[in-house]
Amino acid sequence: MKGRNFSGLRDTGNPITAAKVYDAQRVDELVFLDIAATEENRRILFDVVQGVAEQCFMPLTVGGGVRTLDDMRRLLQMGADKVTVNTAAVERPALVEEAARTFGSANVVVSIDAKRRGGGRHEVWTHSGRQATPLEPVQWARQVVAAGAGEILITSIDREGTMAGYDLELVGAVADAVAVPVIANGGAGTLQHLVEAVTIGHASAVAASSIFHFTDQSPIKARSYMQGAGLHVRAA
Amino acid sequence: MVVVVDYGICNVRSVVKALELVGASVRVSSAASDLEEAERIVLPGVGAFEHGMTNLAARGLLEPLADQVLGKGKPFLGICLGMQLLARTSHEFGVHEGLGWLPATVKAFAFEKDGPKVPHIGWTEVSLERASPLFAGVRKTPSFYFVHSYHMVCDTPDLVAASAEYGGRFTAAVQRGNIFATQFHPEKSQDDGLRLLENFLQWQT
Repeated sequence: MKGRNFSGLRDTGNPITAAKVYDAQRVDELVFLDIAATEENRRILFDVVQGVAEQCFMPLTVGGGVRTLDDMRRLLQMGADKVTVNTAAVERPALVEEAARTFGSANVVVSIDAKRRGGGRHEVWTHSGRQATPLEPVQWARQVVAAGAGEILITSIDREGTMAGYDLELVGAVADAVAVPVIANGGAGTLQHLVEAVTIGHASAVAASSIFHFTDQSPIKARSYMQGAGLHVRAA
Repeated sequence: MVVVVDYGICNVRSVVKALELVGASVRVSSAASDLEEAERIVLPGVGAFEHGMTNLAARGLLEPLADQVLGKGKPFLGICLGMQLLARTSHEFGVHEGLGWLPATVKAFAFEKDGPKVPHIGWTEVSLERASPLFAGVRKTPSFYFVHSYHMVCDTPDLVAASAEYGGRFTAAVQRGNIFATQFHPEKSQDDGLRLLENFLQWQT
């Protein structure tokens, strides 16, 4: 499924088949998010994750509905390399430190969904973009990194699914504030957007999905475009 | 038969399916009797060092592993934390003792403020420090997938089979006799990684 601004979901097909295609295209990493798990207050779709993991001989990050150390353990055992937490970390920040101590910081990603509000400021939302929090993304990113998060996946709710480009201000503010890698997400519609997230937004990596689902751009084209722009990308 | 050691905190499934893809018959186990039967042993790893050592000890694996790998000389592959655990000590969340099979310690990446981000996550080119049958047939400058905050510092350079650059050179793979270990994840490194695993299955020590 693929949404726009975290709603209006469109079916983009079977995730397991999609994982297989991305593996064949030698993507650098697959981020698999069960976007409705927390909102629907249900358990993670472990069987789907397992199906996806079985297709991956590439790095896999899994999130959506992750609430406990047991959830994380199970996902790592199934073949996830990193697990990402969002709502559960906001509700109980100690979870991040417990996870880092158990699984190692490098395997614990905190996902932050942020929305613009007046005055050029952003706020953190949880429950798949359904609930506002008083948190400010840069502060929150610093806090979870101090607790042991090894990576931040920063998603702009305003841009997500719009293909209008990443929120470079948001990405840059977070990337410059923490010493861990930051993955930019939400808004990529052209290959130049991917480049800008790195050159202007200082992201360590870029995530995208609509551009691959709804245009004729592929991860293979993205890689060579970014290479042409002088970025360091893997020769796959 | 290859035993993939199950000590409770790992990405066991990824390693198993990659080994199976390249033709291994795999048993996931923490039983001494299985280690005894194994022709080859793989110690995978995701997780924190101390937790890894505690789990190995709690499952009574310290002695059986040493018997089979150091005593009987069975081909051994350590991956990521499974490599770091071979060191004498690690400095992750305090100083902890490792298996001590290799003269090395495990230290955090420590960079200046403008240095690279830590953890080191992603695909990085690896340079071979010497010919190794484990790298036979991989591309000249292969990229492998890394996800780690700590790295192994070897007492002697002859231990280092491959290195990589991340704010300085660091150890990407080590080899001593029948022991081979990688900081990167071959099971997640697509073609070159699968090739390395295939080489491990053929490896005559």
